[in-house]
Amino acid sequence: MASVLVAGLMISGTVRAQDVEHGREVYRKWCAPCHAPGPEHHPGTEALAAKYKGGKPAALEERTDLTVEFTKQMVRNGVSIMPFFRKTEISDADLDALAAFLAKGR
Amino acid sequence: MNPPPGVTARDFAAALGEFEAAVGRGWVFTSEDDVALYKDAYSPFWGEPEEKVASAAVAPDTVEQVQAIVRTANRFKIPLYPISTGKNLGYGGSAPVLSGSVVLDLKRMNRILDVDERAATCLVEPGVSYFDLYRHIQEKGYKLWVDTPDPGWGSVIGNAMDRGGGYTMALFRNHFDAHCGMEIVLPNGELMRTGMGAMPNAKTWQQYKSGFGPWIDGMFSQSNFGIVTKMGFWLMREPEAYLNGTVQVHRHADLVPLVDILTRLEDDGIVNGMSHLGSPFLGNNLLPAEFLRSKIAPEVGALLGQPGGPKPEQLDAHAKKSGVPVWAGLLQFYGPEKIIRAQWEYAKEKFSAIPGATFSEGDFYRMPLTAAQQEKVHKVSFGIPNLSIFFIGARSGANTVPGNGHVWFSPIIPRSGEAVFEAQRVFTEAAQELGLPVNPLAMATTYWQRAFIFLFGFPITKDIEVNRKNRAAFKALVKIAAEHGWGEYRTAPAYQDAVMDTYSFNDHALLRFHETVKDAIDPNGILSAGRYGIWPKHLREKKS
Repeated sequence: MASVLVAGLMISGTVRAQDVEHGREVYRKWCAPCHAPGPEHHPGTEALAAKYKGGKPAALEERTDLTVEFTKQMVRNGVSIMPFFRKTEISDADLDALAAFLAKGR
Repeated sequence: MNPPPGVTARDFAAALGEFEAAVGRGWVFTSEDDVALYKDAYSPFWGEPEEKVASAAVAPDTVEQVQAIVRTANRFKIPLYPISTGKNLGYGGSAPVLSGSVVLDLKRMNRILDVDERAATCLVEPGVSYFDLYRHIQEKGYKLWVDTPDPGWGSVIGNAMDRGGGYTMALFRNHFDAHCGMEIVLPNGELMRTGMGAMPNAKTWQQYKSGFGPWIDGMFSQSNFGIVTKMGFWLMREPEAYLNGTVQVHRHADLVPLVDILTRLEDDGIVNGMSHLGSPFLGNNLLPAEFLRSKIAPEVGALLGQPGGPKPEQLDAHAKKSGVPVWAGLLQFYGPEKIIRAQWEYAKEKFSAIPGATFSEGDFYRMPLTAAQQEKVHKVSFGIPNLSIFFIGARSGANTVPGNGHVWFSPIIPRSGEAVFEAQRVFTEAAQELGLPVNPLAMATTYWQRAFIFLFGFPITKDIEVNRKNRAAFKALVKIAAEHGWGEYRTAPAYQDAVMDTYSFNDHALLRFHETVKDAIDPNGILSAGRYGIWPKHLREKKS
């Protein structure tokens, strides 16, 4: 029984690492053009810098408070001038991975 | 899930079943949440009954699947609305013009079929974005540039089909003009290729545009006559170097010779990049919309706020007192260093005919740009896709109230200083009357050769009353513009009927021709009903 559990954890750990890596790719493709560090050329980062005024990091990848649910809500509903994204752009599997990447294991 | 207008629930279910058989499980979207993703994110009808919504979406991966979907749609009279990447924000996004249409989402067809460095051409599918094509070229190390519009996530094909533009040399920044050859699924499901593509085994599909006989490619842009599944483009070769410089003039009336000299220099190929005109009274950055980031001097603000705008003599007096020029032009040059330096010197010589004209030396770069240079430059002038334009309306230090999108009012006006003055006067008066933001020094943009566009951004809000007021104002501007002979080059679905109505020579002979073609090649009216004001017969009859 113990060995089965350990194997299960290892499998789930491996999948998670792959998910996070895939999430990083999704982030680079779909989020970074607006949300990468540095407000220059990155209107998402500029907007969040103006919103949080230093209270939180302006670049998404530097945030430590992004939950899986929050990321999914933003991607499928949009906010302000950021549109929502269709499943042919960011599939549910892509979104799971992206949310895992931004949540950094939370 | 409501069926499309005029389609029974039973037929709709049967059609969706056939769509799924064609594209496979998971690529037909029917749930409320999934279908809501096909709304227009910048809809001027947000939350209103007129909001344009799909009944379902289907996402094919191959041309054969597109053909199968079209044949099914004909059998069950299902209205289809093809989109490429669906990122035509400000011009309709991914939403159908006719509510209840099934969106044909071509995003999965994202293959870069060919990039020929020697010929400087490419052949792509509709789901390929400017980012995709740029990355591919970078990975391969080709010395080619992609002319990109401001938002780099748009479709190379979709933007060209909507007749969008970019920022490099004139031959490439008119994206439809830069195309060379199409493959089209016709409304009956048949496959057709244009130009040299009509000849089996031709080796010049992406090299010679018109082929033989009538050149019909233009009919598929801003229309609903077919679904483009492949399209070729000419690409710009990476130049050896880049140079820019600015010419400033210090009297209001100097705009007239400034434009005339610039036009001659562009027509002669001396100034071979895209020029940017503007008033330094609004800020030092002449790139499009950049004045939105600037703080305007209080004295200038007072002048601009006058009823009817400032008088020319007031602007001249302020220029004299402040030393700030009334107008300026940023000129860009691509080519070998010694040649573009000579071109800039020659341009300065010509502009010196304007008394008091002054010049600023700008940036010079040898290609390829370093990573640090890429971060510094106006990226789209170097064919680098990005999304920085979305600062418009976004929260920032200068804009504390974030917006919800925008649509563009974009009339074509003559390329002359006099026409700019007239447009400034007419639209300032109209904006004041309609309660819109006023900018009496708004400047025309130079995306196209030989004519200006006088762009005017309308904010989208989530306030239904404000959106209603803005829609009425937009339609009023369309009429006012048409009275002066100025017509929009492109518009959002909400205004396509109104704009098409202004192209009315000889009792709408042009629209009647479009309708004749539509009825002949799409008798069931399945394809993109209403797009650019072209409605199929059964819906025209219903409207009248």
